[in-house]
Amino acid sequence: METQAFQKIYTKIDQITKATCSLRAKGIGYDELAYIGDRLAQVVKIIGDLVTLQVFGGTEGIPTNAEVTFLGKAPTLKVGDDLAGRFFNAYGDPIDGGPAVQGKEVEIGGPSVNPVQRKKPSNMIFTGIAGIDMNNSLVTGQKIPFFADPDQPYNVVMAMVALRAKADKIILGGMGLTNDDYLFYKNVFDNAGALDRIISFVNTTDDPPVERLLIPDMALTAAEYFAVEKNETVLVLLTDMTLFADALAIVSNRMDQIPSKDSMPGSLYSDLARIYEKAVQLPSGGSITIIAVTTLSGGDITHAIPDNTGYITEGQLYLRRDTDIAKVIVDPFRSLSRLKQNVIGKDTRSDHAQVMNAAIRLYAEAANAKTKLENGFDLTDFDERSLNFAKEYSNDLLAIDVNIGAIEMLDLTWKLFARYFTSQEVGIKKEFVDKYWPKKD
Amino acid sequence: MTKGLVAGIISNLVIVEVDGPVSQNEICYIKIGDTKLMAEIIKIMGSKAYVQVFESTRNLRIGASVEFTGHMLEATLGPGILSKNFDGLQNDLDKMKDVFLKRGEYTNPLEDDKLWHFKPLAKVGELVEAGSWLGEVTENWIPHKIMVPFKFEGKYTIKEISAEGQYTIHDPIAKVVDNNGKAQNITMVQKWPVKVAIRAYKAKPRPFRMMETGIRCIDSLNPIVEGGTGFTPGPFGTGKTVLQHALSKHAEADMIIVAACGERANEVVEIFTEFPELEDPRTGRKLMERTTIIANTSNMPVAAREASVYTAMTIAEYYRSMGLKILMLADSTSRWAQALREMSNRMEELPGQDAYPMDLPAIISNFYSRAGFVYLPNGATGSITFIGAVSPAGGNLKEPVTESTKKVARCFYALSQQRADSKRYPAVDPIDSYSKYLEYDEFIEYINENVSKQWIDQIHYVRNLLIRGKEASEQINILGDDGVPIEYHIRYWKSEVFDYVILQQDAFDKIDSSTPIGRQKFMMEIIIRIIKRDYDFDSFEDVSKYFRSVINILKQMNYSEFKSDEFIKFEAELEEILTKRKVAEPA
Ligand SMILES: Nc1ncnc2c1ncn2[C@@H]1O[C@H](COP(=O)(O)OP(=O)(O)OP(=O)(O)O)[C@@H](O)[C@H]1O
Ligand SMILES: [Mg+2]
Repeated sequence: METQAFQKIYTKIDQITKATCSLRAKGIGYDELAYIGDRLAQVVKIIGDLVTLQVFGGTEGIPTNAEVTFLGKAPTLKVGDDLAGRFFNAYGDPIDGGPAVQGKEVEIGGPSVNPVQRKKPSNMIFTGIAGIDMNNSLVTGQKIPFFADPDQPYNVVMAMVALRAKADKIILGGMGLTNDDYLFYKNVFDNAGALDRIISFVNTTDDPPVERLLIPDMALTAAEYFAVEKNETVLVLLTDMTLFADALAIVSNRMDQIPSKDSMPGSLYSDLARIYEKAVQLPSGGSITIIAVTTLSGGDITHAIPDNTGYITEGQLYLRRDTDIAKVIVDPFRSLSRLKQNVIGKDTRSDHAQVMNAAIRLYAEAANAKTKLENGFDLTDFDERSLNFAKEYSNDLLAIDVNIGAIEMLDLTWKLFARYFTSQEVGIKKEFVDKYWPKKD
Repeated sequence: MTKGLVAGIISNLVIVEVDGPVSQNEICYIKIGDTKLMAEIIKIMGSKAYVQVFESTRNLRIGASVEFTGHMLEATLGPGILSKNFDGLQNDLDKMKDVFLKRGEYTNPLEDDKLWHFKPLAKVGELVEAGSWLGEVTENWIPHKIMVPFKFEGKYTIKEISAEGQYTIHDPIAKVVDNNGKAQNITMVQKWPVKVAIRAYKAKPRPFRMMETGIRCIDSLNPIVEGGTGFTPGPFGTGKTVLQHALSKHAEADMIIVAACGERANEVVEIFTEFPELEDPRTGRKLMERTTIIANTSNMPVAAREASVYTAMTIAEYYRSMGLKILMLADSTSRWAQALREMSNRMEELPGQDAYPMDLPAIISNFYSRAGFVYLPNGATGSITFIGAVSPAGGNLKEPVTESTKKVARCFYALSQQRADSKRYPAVDPIDSYSKYLEYDEFIEYINENVSKQWIDQIHYVRNLLIRGKEASEQINILGDDGVPIEYHIRYWKSEVFDYVILQQDAFDKIDSSTPIGRQKFMMEIIIRIIKRDYDFDSFEDVSKYFRSVINILKQMNYSEFKSDEFIKFEAELEEILTKRKVAEPA
């Protein structure tokens, strides 16, 4: 973003806080960008000629006589096919040593899709992870986060989902990503030979936190280009949205806004919804699917960040360590994909819903049996069988290292049913039992 | 008209220096290039008007010119509203052809050129007033009354009235004169400020007619009335939207107004796609024909979200004045309250609890009071039943929106996390929830005459049963299965029968999703008979086994067509296991 020669340079800043600078200037547009020295800032408030700028890089060391130049435009991204395969920072500048992208310059954070122009999301995304495909099927155009504790392998699962989903483009929006995680993504994508369909916008822990605020809009602006103009299936990965919300809180706090619950700005719901609602199934076939990560603190989902997220997204996925098999699984109880009913049985097989429900019910029986065991009660024969079923089900289907097709996962579950239960105990509609119950050999 | 210049911008709050008189809630347009952004005055300080802009203010500059309109935010009322998809400002979304919403694009809510077949209802010489029916056109299937505009004050005499025929909404269909002999033309379209209640009715008594919703946990436990108010608070994912959609599909109303207020766009898309296909069993017409949607989803401008519930309510009041039964649903009123909070914060007002504006309770109560059952001047009746979803932060009901709503809404349908987690849908908590209408004498009388003399007593009876069942289950949990008398297990399982068969209802099943009142009565009688019996069991295991089989058959009945062969077969099967069990009939 070059400054232009004729632009007026201001050199007197009136007020500096941790995240903002205010100065007197005229003819400035709302949301406009400015450079304060070499730091990028954005107009967040104008009262008469007093302009307040949010400084993305933080205000440490900014002198009151710093040179301020306004760029006359809101943040933009140059979009074009050459975005593919590239790595950018929060400002959309390349960080991979490659050339600047040529293309149409569009403002980020653009308008919403007219709701009547949307289509009902109804194409399943197959991930091979049966814990997702079977119990929490994902759909193109959906928005869904992982609610995860910081120590869980959510980045690994997300990368896996991204590579297996048959997306035309995968756009990574990394916020407060550790350098190690950033390199992890880079390597995984590289090794999979998928780099040419991946675009990354990354803010690492080394970068100033306020810069993160630009990441989702950058990623989604690129996504809209490919989904709307090229009719592509685009998958956007946003990690970690909790760090994004923290950055929002920093800025609103510096602007003396009255915080609401958990020190979060009162506009948190709208701020998050604006991002997540970019997920869309377009009538032309293009789509944007958002898979995000919201890290929890101490597993508390009533905290304002996961709480507002839950009210916006279409379900959530939980990971859990299953100590019986020493593996991480997709928790079948707390996870929910609210759009799964749009695809199960239609994009998979007609017995899907029944198999899914029966397996979860039996898995719940096993959980009860386990509690009994822990409380020192005797187990019935059914309890024993449920426990054995649960172990295999967990290992062969729920574990995140599983990679099987949709039909295979259903057949496998039938096999487990037959191994441990009678068809009455499983309680599936007769027509399906007749068709799929494994024959004794 | 007054003009002004932009003097300050904080997100969608703009401060305008004005050169003349302006009024609170007046609408103005801010010029930005060739585009005009609509805004509403929300505070006035000397020559400064604080306006909330219904659009993004990106690139707006100090000094931009502003034109005031002299009127508040108005709804356009006339034939053509039914089946439309509007945004919060009543723009017709289907008239916008771009994939993306364009800033400053406002579309006509009605059709200027469409011809309507008008039939006069009033005669020359008749004395009329605001809301009097002059004639009617058929809109889809509703006899849409053409009324004397609500803004007309006092009495008028009809001088001319058009003959039956085809007219556009702008053609004069009547000419009236006031006391001073001043004549005015009336067309089929009128405007009304959305934040002001339409009061063109004679009386607003306490509502008393039951509104059938087809949802058993409402009708059979906490019934709502035509013109009643209710709300459904619940944590995310507990089924507020599914319940609202079920109500919009099955409730007995002439017209449904759905205000999708700050929630997901995909949920509105579901209505757009389903309703034109789904049939209303009562009329045989498509559901969309009786539905109007106000979609201001969470990603659409927040000030327009605030306006959306008022726009929806004004449309409801307009149709109520035609003598219709309206059901209005809003999902979610918490998002509306949050829109108020965002603006209040930007104006740096002294905040109340959780940073909501101090006057939030008053705003909510004012809004709910616009619902109700009315007698129109001509003796006809009309009603607006309003049910709002509430999304309490952290699922905690001790928060300002829930508490303020609880003070005004008469039915409380609390969605419980625990019930949702155990997939007991709809997750309405049967013990915490209530309907105040059960205390209304008028309502009791209505039920006695129109539903059954036992209905109210039955409701009290099963409520008590549920409480006792809950107590029993707590005791069992504390003392263990064999630490309590068998009687406790029986008591618990009786309440489970009611829970599984009446309360739980599959919103996605073709038959179970809606139960007409006749069928509810039928099932209720069976269940009460089962519950009132005495049972002998040898062990607690037998209790659960027996009642599980009873529940299983009753559920099969729920899934079968009422009184079909299949249904009757299950009924017989039920009788069989009921009689097989050695029971002592109650004295
Ligand atoms: N009556 C029902 N029958 C079957 N399933 C239901 C029922 N009600 C809710 N569900 C299930 O619960 C999920 C969440 O319901 P819903 O979207 O209505 O929640 P909500 O309370 O509106 O959540 P939010 O506050 O996040 O909007 C649905 O996708 C569906 O799977
Ligand atoms: Mg909802």
